[in-house]
Amino acid sequence: MPAASDAERPWHEIVLATLKANKVQLVTYVPDNVLKPLIDAIHNDPFFTAFCVTREEEGLGIVTGAWMGGMRGVLMMQTSGFATLPNAIASLAVPFRIPVLLIVSERGTLGEFNYGQALVCKTMRPVLDALAVEYHGCTRLDELEQIVDRTVRQAISTQAPACLILSPLLTGGKVVKK
Amino acid sequence: MTSGHAKDRQNTKIMNRFDLTKRMVGKLKDEAVIGGIGNSNFDLWSAGRRPQNFYMLGSMGLAVPIALGVAIAQPKRKTIAIEGDGSILMQLGCLSTVAIQKPKNLIILVMDNGMYQITGGQTTATSLGVDIVAVARGLGLAQSNWAADEADFEALFDAAMKSDQPSLIASRIDNKPGVTQTVRDPDLIRETFMRGIGTKEVW
Ligand SMILES: Cc1ncc(C[n+]2csc(CCOP(=O)(O)OP(=O)(O)O)c2C)c(N)n1
Ligand SMILES: [Mg+2]
Repeated sequence: MPAASDAERPWHEIVLATLKANKVQLVTYVPDNVLKPLIDAIHNDPFFTAFCVTREEEGLGIVTGAWMGGMRGVLMMQTSGFATLPNAIASLAVPFRIPVLLIVSERGTLGEFNYGQALVCKTMRPVLDALAVEYHGCTRLDELEQIVDRTVRQAISTQAPACLILSPLLTGGKVVKK
Repeated sequence: MTSGHAKDRQNTKIMNRFDLTKRMVGKLKDEAVIGGIGNSNFDLWSAGRRPQNFYMLGSMGLAVPIALGVAIAQPKRKTIAIEGDGSILMQLGCLSTVAIQKPKNLIILVMDNGMYQITGGQTTATSLGVDIVAVARGLGLAQSNWAADEADFEALFDAAMKSDQPSLIASRIDNKPGVTQTVRDPDLIRETFMRGIGTKEVW
């Protein structure tokens, strides 16, 4: 059961605490505005080794190496970053059975103002389905801890990559200010 | 050798990937080695089986990132990435990440034949004026050098093994393909590697 206080804890605190509880120590990311509070909080927590990478594929490679070396890691990005990953997921993470956790801030839906982002977003779930990668959309605070926790555990137990899609329903997303 | 006389791509000897890989492997004990796509890992495989070797079967350009991840997870173990020129050109940003993270235990070997050898020998930018060592230095990897010849390659590698900074050694090589091909079994490769570097139990 999620803690009673989850309705009050912001989404990024829940994600950070659940990663930490599961010893997911290495955090690589390409910046995203919606992820900013999570990225900032992770940088301020000495438990994590966190740094920015130049491309999402690079982050996937780093987390793969770290996993094989005995350290759990996550790659965080926005939808457009995910769209650069299919080759690396299909030729590295899936066949080599690397439980890299992907956290995607979902752009391109529920109020998107950039047509390109909206189209890129349409490619994400078909790619995950095609590669049989486990994924969950996260829309509610009260489910978030359980989804993050179970997804990390399942990824590690089954030695398979997994993806968490953080919906604007959870994070507020990015909207044009009037 | 690591400093002193100026070396650039033009005035280095053209060597052979398999020969250099054998020389490197001959110096190893328990170091981890990540072989990049195609010939880089074929010649690593051909140079003798080691459980501490990881052979990439795709993911062009990711040997250095994978090696960086291993180096971060196991700071006491030296980790070596072997990449072709085409592969390193595809993922140049990773060199800046290495420069900024400054792993004390990472060595990058670039096998520069000036071509995409395995896909038919098409010219890469390194044949057309791009100097990988100058690029690497520009991206912040101060300890980047051309190997003038085989003896210099060995001296640079010995120095890199003793260094507490990341190093890059680029070697100009001939157009020979890899000597034999790696077994293409990703499960076996990963499992063997993880056992070889002590992250999975041997039973
Ligand atoms: C993303 C991607 N693009 C293209 C290819 C096809 N490809 C495989 S190996 C290779 C050339 C690699 O060149 P280099 O790293 O210089 O190695 P060499 O073959 O010269 O030894 C190419 C283009 C691929 N596997 N993946
Ligand atoms: Mg080449």
